[in-house]
Amino acid sequence: MTMTMPDTAVAATAPLLEIRNLTKRFNAHGGGVVRAVENVSFSIGRGETFALVGESGCGKTTLTKLVLGLEKPTSGEILFHGADLATASSKAMHGYRRQAQAVFQDPYSSLNPRMRVSKIIAEPLMAHGIGDRDSQRARVLEMLDVVGLPKTAADLYPHEFSGGQRQRVAIARALSLKPAFMVLDEPISALDVSVRAQILNLLADIQDEFGLTYLIVAHDLALVEHFSSSVGVMYLGSMAELGPTESVFSHPKHPYTQALLASVPRPDPDHRAPVGVIYGEIGSAMAPPPGCKFHPRCPYAVDICKTTPPVDRELAPGQLVACHLAETIVPPVQSSIAPL
Amino acid sequence: MTDAAIIPAPMQKPPLLKVENLKTYLYLKRGVVRAVDGVDLEVAEGETLGIVGESGSGKTMTSLSMLRLLPKPSGRIVEGSITLDGTDLVKLSEDEMVRDWRGRRISMVSQDPLTSLNPVFSIGDQVGAPFRYHKLAQGRGAVRKAVEAVLARVRIPSPAKRIDDYPHQFSGGMRQRVVTAMAIACSPRLLIADEPTSALDVTIQVQMMELFRELQRDSGVGIIMITHDLGVAAGICHRVAVMYAGRVVESGDVREIFRNPAHPYTRGLLNSIPHLGRKRRRLEAIAGQPPSLIDPPRGCRFAARCPQKMARCDDYPPQFEVATGHKAACWLAEPRS
Repeated sequence: MTMTMPDTAVAATAPLLEIRNLTKRFNAHGGGVVRAVENVSFSIGRGETFALVGESGCGKTTLTKLVLGLEKPTSGEILFHGADLATASSKAMHGYRRQAQAVFQDPYSSLNPRMRVSKIIAEPLMAHGIGDRDSQRARVLEMLDVVGLPKTAADLYPHEFSGGQRQRVAIARALSLKPAFMVLDEPISALDVSVRAQILNLLADIQDEFGLTYLIVAHDLALVEHFSSSVGVMYLGSMAELGPTESVFSHPKHPYTQALLASVPRPDPDHRAPVGVIYGEIGSAMAPPPGCKFHPRCPYAVDICKTTPPVDRELAPGQLVACHLAETIVPPVQSSIAPL
Repeated sequence: MTDAAIIPAPMQKPPLLKVENLKTYLYLKRGVVRAVDGVDLEVAEGETLGIVGESGSGKTMTSLSMLRLLPKPSGRIVEGSITLDGTDLVKLSEDEMVRDWRGRRISMVSQDPLTSLNPVFSIGDQVGAPFRYHKLAQGRGAVRKAVEAVLARVRIPSPAKRIDDYPHQFSGGMRQRVVTAMAIACSPRLLIADEPTSALDVTIQVQMMELFRELQRDSGVGIIMITHDLGVAAGICHRVAVMYAGRVVESGDVREIFRNPAHPYTRGLLNSIPHLGRKRRRLEAIAGQPPSLIDPPRGCRFAARCPQKMARCDDYPPQFEVATGHKAACWLAEPRS
């Protein structure tokens, strides 16, 4: 028993997914280059939930496409179980696609309206040639049960379901291959407020049950704090801050993270988000500002920020911050946050 | 009736807007959707009323009823009144509505600033339209000046330079400012903002909410803020009405609603969302789905999902006053005699 301890310990701590210096550039129509993702690195441990946050245009969607193998990186590595996807054979890629599944934001457009639910959930099994019709049918019914839908749902069409139920179907489809890893792209933001918690709880339950690793993209920071173990805050294609969710949310060190957290509207009438923490809007990924990309909006920016891109520095255990001034700045004062 | 009820207290102004027993139905092939089914609302001058509800709760149909912009031919106001500044909008002809009211005294900012702007007209043309239409400025020079002034009011930097630009040259946040400028061009008495910030990023959202506060402080405009986001409602509204399945289930002062929610649906919503800084392993989800409004449940429409359902819930509860100005349509809120 003591002999096997080190091995299991290594297996448990080795990241399932490791992103190293990942960069993706697109050629824009009419010339110019969109720097969608620039030199991003992070890793996700087995069973962990890594959240990507940032405003629209920050590159989080491109990043998930790269991770799912739907786009090829310009440079950098995506290691799954230690093997690089960029140099993977098409057979290895096929195997990866079986391991990595996705749940998208809008269950109205992510489900084929002309397919019965049984076909929708069985389709990944057919694509990968797994099992015969009977075993596929059995898997469909098993998955429906896992996501809390009745067996009768199998013979219905997507339009016969509400948004929350459709998202359950989408989750059942993603689960049918028993993947190790799932990308959740805004999985609840298209749903009614009163059914969001059901879906979040379901995602937490199946994570425990199947030992899933999640990469979640979300703009709701309260949700991210609740749901994730690690978080990466992106700004204009770069990682501004990265680390355990608890440390990043309780002690945000990058001025952008601080501004995002301060801006979140809270269900508390006595809380007032401080105005003017940052002004303006996110710049263009075609012509990102020199130096630190955040400097035009940063209230603390000094000369070095305008010329020199900051490098990641570990300022707390596991918490990487790309800011020249992170040690010296004080987060904006929050107005009273009395518990409800 | 007592004297106090007949003679209003000196400080108490009559409400700017009073909606009484509004019923708006949609006549579709698959049946009659009772989108708004007996709604009462009030907005005072200089006040922001939040209408909180999820999709299908009737919040958007309520606001489209006020503007008389219901989908044609299916949407119809079947009962009730919408009194703005003493005039019942329900009784007005479309001509009167167009000439004197819509865009003039009651206007709207919608959710998606990109689809509310025409891509082939310049910002100046579009923001100038209400001035020209309502003859508040005559002649090119005067309209241009008025447009520049209103763009400055919504804090668009260098309006004189941006006035000839087209929508695609503006960022999302700036487009929402342009749409807001069109809505406030004629200094309306009531501004309906339908999810005005939900398409925007949080740092821009804060800036937009501050803009609404400023505009209200300067002009005393009454605002109806329609939102599904409890954080937005708490941040900007004076009073809140919570809608569920076509009805107002709870209404009152924003602090009352958030600190002392009386309706199980309001409590359920507040408990089901994650709150920053208060980490819990599981969220308390509300079971089930909102009901169909084609054949809604006979009694309380939330009963099927309610953890405190009783036999009495088969009858629709009236609005009980739980505190001053705080009402809840729930038998649990009935005063004990």
